[in-house]
Amino acid sequence: MDFDLTDEQRLLKDSVDRLITERYDFESRNKYRAEPEGWSRALWEQYAELGLLGLPFPESYGGFGGGPVETMIVMEAFGRGLAVEPYFATVVLGGGLIHQAGSEEQKSALLPQIASGEALLAFAHVERQSRYDLANVTTRAHRADGGWRINGEKSIVLHGDVADQLIVSARTSGSPSDRAGIGLFLVDAKDVTRRGYPLQDGLRAAEVKLDDARAEPLSNPEGALSVAEQVVDAAIGALCAEAVGVMQSMHELTLDYLKTRRQFGRPIGDFQALQHRAVDMYVALEQARSMALFATMMAAEEDPAERRRAITAAKAQIGRSGRHIGQEAIQLHGGIGMTMEYKVGHAFKRMTMIDIMFGDAGAHTEELARLGGLFGT
Amino acid sequence: MDLNFTPEERAFREEARRFFRTEVPEKIRRKVEEGHHLSKEDIVTSQRILNARGWAVPAWPREWGGQDWSPAQMYLYQDEMQQANVPSPLPFNVSMVGPVIAEFANEEQKRRFLPATANLDIWWCQGFSEPGAGSDLASLRTSARRVGDKYIVNGQKTWTTLAQHADWIFNLVRTDPSAKKQEGISFLLIDMKTHGIKVRPIQTIDGGHEVNEVFFDDVEVPAENLVGEENKGWDYAKFLLGHERTGIARVGISKARIKRIKELAALERIGGRPLIEDQHFREKLAAVEIELKALEMTQLRVVADERKRERGKPNPASSILKLKGSVIQQLTTELLMEVVGPHAMPYQPSEEGRNEPIIGPEYATEAAPTYFNYRKVSIYGGSNEIQRNIVAKAILGL
Repeated sequence: MDFDLTDEQRLLKDSVDRLITERYDFESRNKYRAEPEGWSRALWEQYAELGLLGLPFPESYGGFGGGPVETMIVMEAFGRGLAVEPYFATVVLGGGLIHQAGSEEQKSALLPQIASGEALLAFAHVERQSRYDLANVTTRAHRADGGWRINGEKSIVLHGDVADQLIVSARTSGSPSDRAGIGLFLVDAKDVTRRGYPLQDGLRAAEVKLDDARAEPLSNPEGALSVAEQVVDAAIGALCAEAVGVMQSMHELTLDYLKTRRQFGRPIGDFQALQHRAVDMYVALEQARSMALFATMMAAEEDPAERRRAITAAKAQIGRSGRHIGQEAIQLHGGIGMTMEYKVGHAFKRMTMIDIMFGDAGAHTEELARLGGLFGT
Repeated sequence: MDLNFTPEERAFREEARRFFRTEVPEKIRRKVEEGHHLSKEDIVTSQRILNARGWAVPAWPREWGGQDWSPAQMYLYQDEMQQANVPSPLPFNVSMVGPVIAEFANEEQKRRFLPATANLDIWWCQGFSEPGAGSDLASLRTSARRVGDKYIVNGQKTWTTLAQHADWIFNLVRTDPSAKKQEGISFLLIDMKTHGIKVRPIQTIDGGHEVNEVFFDDVEVPAENLVGEENKGWDYAKFLLGHERTGIARVGISKARIKRIKELAALERIGGRPLIEDQHFREKLAAVEIELKALEMTQLRVVADERKRERGKPNPASSILKLKGSVIQQLTTELLMEVVGPHAMPYQPSEEGRNEPIIGPEYATEAAPTYFNYRKVSIYGGSNEIQRNIVAKAILGL
């Protein structure tokens, strides 16, 4: 049992933290958001130069051989800065799927392109009726002319508006919600119709229509669900780390505010009613941090049931802590917390979207309950 | 970063599990599991079994029976002990007065008290709180006036846990009434059999008798029973309160209760089906399990951090463990009461030689009293509001 970072991990943390501190103050973030794609291509190049875009891939594919801990370090820093670049969509989800499900050829072709910043990916899995169920897929794939074609509609595809390649979950057999008969397919963005739009937190997504779109299967087109789940579980661990960064930022902003905002002739942080609320936020933050660590260390667990239990518990804790800290951060700031001119409200919105992605606190608590809980089983 | 314990630590866990589950009598462990009050004899028996193996006081200095365990071993020891429903060695002896004597007392006092304290030949109680000194402990008024080679002690202590069993009391007394309130306090050891001491029981809302008032009326105490220096008692009290606080989360106890909740929920039925299959109930339980897992991870982080900290210096992070740990313990008692439903209602204190048959299932009798009793855990040892004050000041800088 060891919570220390290795020297290399510490170096990575120092450099990412420095990057976020120097390049991701609130005003800079507003500028990045105002760029045509809603994020900064210049920063993306810098991430590539720093090796962040290839971090989790093996060195043979132009990567750095990092694991869940390295991803956690980067995501937590991005969370603190509320980074808007498509790192999660391209590297964690897209790269993760290619890495885990792709053929040798696909990996050799795509992973180096991701690492160098040339290729952007997105994972198209949500459908109108699917909610948080990865197995609930009505989009269909069929064989044609020695290849595959896909028909269907995917919704809320994170960064699907800019992705060069989409990874689409599609059904090759069975009925909606069957675990079998689901494939993962690589689809060129030029072969789909898409409509980009902003999400509540300023990140971007797309609605994607596939009309006999040409597709190339990753892994087994009949049975890719379990590998998708494995990648999504690891990605949820990464989201948990990002959430910890967001929460920490909200807590720090709130503490600063309590120490500087004066009313009734003294800093409002002198009032015990507010002190205790700040402490409860801190406890929620530490509980969330603990579970993000737990998720990180369980992300590569081989037993899928154990892994899922850990991930689902972590995501539930993150969601609950995030809501508590976010709501309290706004309340303790008062009116200024309600304005678009101040960072805390943006952090609150990012946190709210993270809670929803891949299942909110309630959905994960429900799932853990169905799985029999964590103790004494 | 690695969640796994080393092979040595895993072997230690196995060894602890086997020891606790085979050497400590089943009868005692069952009482703990079912929430019954333990007799003095139960607690003494259990602690002496631990002490015979050198496991009653592992955190003490090595020369007085300590084990020099790593923080991880200490954690595993507590976790296995609590999950096996083994009563914790008496905290007043093991975590409170023992470490103070080992750190601040003279050699003669150490020889006189430490072995007997470890073996529970002396049962200690804690004379800290007073009617006018609760959260504001430093305002205590029990006085000790030096006359020749004696102190004359007058005053009253309260909430004195298990004073009815105690042989000795470690008392905070005011030796300099003119000094600033923290600076006139001394740490005095008093034999409970001394003339002038009276113990009055306080019945608590669960119907039990755990706490007492202790009255001191011109009690003569040999001056040699002073620990350390006169008027330095507040420092020793702070040391005591900061000592070995990582166990305060009592994660193992909550784990054991969750196991019991699941077992009993399989016996109780709702709508013709076992309660444990009810999704609403399962979600409420899962929510508590998630918080408990997070607390366990937080505790492991604090434990890992202990290695890097100066010994004996209180870690303000332990306040988080107390805050969250107490609330989770209370939630588990609440859920256990919900599990037994209306069977929680009959008041049936466990009495020796009961003739009447038990009303309802036997496992239900302690559900409500335990729920009532556990309201104390967010009050004692520095209430949760005091813990929040500590975190606000020491960690958040407010």
